[in-house]
Amino acid sequence: MAIIHLTKDGFDKAVSNGISMVDFWASWCGPCKMLAPVMEDLAGKYEGKALVGKVNVDDEPDLAMRFGVMSIPTVVFLKDGKEFDRKVGVMPPAAYTNVLDANL
Amino acid sequence: MYDVAVIGGGPAGLSAAIQVRARGRSVLVVSGDLRDNPLYKTERIDNYLGFYDVTGGELLERFRSHARQMGVEEKEGRVLNIMPMNGTFYLSVGSEMEQARAVVLATGVVRSAKYPGEGEHLGAGVSYCATCDGMLYRGKEVAVVGLAADAPQEANWLKEIGCKVTYVSPNPADGLRSDIPAVKAGKLEVLGEQKVEGLRAGGTTIPCEGVFILRPSMAPAELLPGLELEGSYIKVDGNMATSIPGVFAAGDCTGLPLQVSKAVGEGQVAGHRAAEYLEYIS
Repeated sequence: MAIIHLTKDGFDKAVSNGISMVDFWASWCGPCKMLAPVMEDLAGKYEGKALVGKVNVDDEPDLAMRFGVMSIPTVVFLKDGKEFDRKVGVMPPAAYTNVLDANL
Repeated sequence: MYDVAVIGGGPAGLSAAIQVRARGRSVLVVSGDLRDNPLYKTERIDNYLGFYDVTGGELLERFRSHARQMGVEEKEGRVLNIMPMNGTFYLSVGSEMEQARAVVLATGVVRSAKYPGEGEHLGAGVSYCATCDGMLYRGKEVAVVGLAADAPQEANWLKEIGCKVTYVSPNPADGLRSDIPAVKAGKLEVLGEQKVEGLRAGGTTIPCEGVFILRPSMAPAELLPGLELEGSYIKVDGNMATSIPGVFAAGDCTGLPLQVSKAVGEGQVAGHRAAEYLEYIS
């Protein structure tokens, strides 16, 4: 499954069930570009188990504000729509899979 | 994708780069503002063989010209992270990303001491990348801690996109817009509970939601999590290999003596071994 690009309107419905991992990013951010292939890879690996989504903070400032994103990339983990963890800054893939695996 | 990325454009980095080119491989040297290179400011050097009584600036210019003639590619910018994944190193340089199959760290001595409150607020108001996070602070009060020579330009850019900027630095702010207030201070503390609420700078407190700390370069262990150190220097073996396969280091970042000859020699070994490593993995 490819990464889902989330917008303000579809966000709550998309993350309402199960585990979701959402990457807040922007095109002007080098570390975000580094994280992109990691997220693509994980979207494939966790297909059917977790939703992997992206939010462009430039297009979706309301979502960025709602989640208090102050530095990008920020990856937010949600369970049934509620945030339970987040990782700020680019990290090795294991930092994300550890959180997913512990909560699936 | 480059064969080798070299972080740092001083004697060690340029020496490594020409060695990689001599082996027919492509190489990118990423370095910050020339004025941040300590050699640039050195008035006289008498112990570099063949160059009696030379200025640091002249020596550096000769090194750079040599590298250009050998097809070394250059990029100015601050490397924020390096991440190895599936045999490729991904480097973020400001708003851009570069890829290479091997890396030589030649960052020079990086003062890694953090300000009180800095680490606790990383990602909660403290940022090292104005181009990445600036947009999130439009209309808000921010402080720019200018330790790199190009920091005034970054502060100007934040002002232009709509941040309310105060510039803080122990150094003169050459090129800073006249409508940005500048505070001269070196003793700083990031204030706030969960999020940044202000910056104490000497005797004054600047209320702000964001603090951009712009150093000439990132500390090696922050660039590459898991990199082994020895004291404050990068741990290397006789081949200038670090604890991470495919990553080599040379020059002042590996330890004393902090001298041009030592940097050039180590760079030669690091560049050579990096090129050899490429043959080994392919």
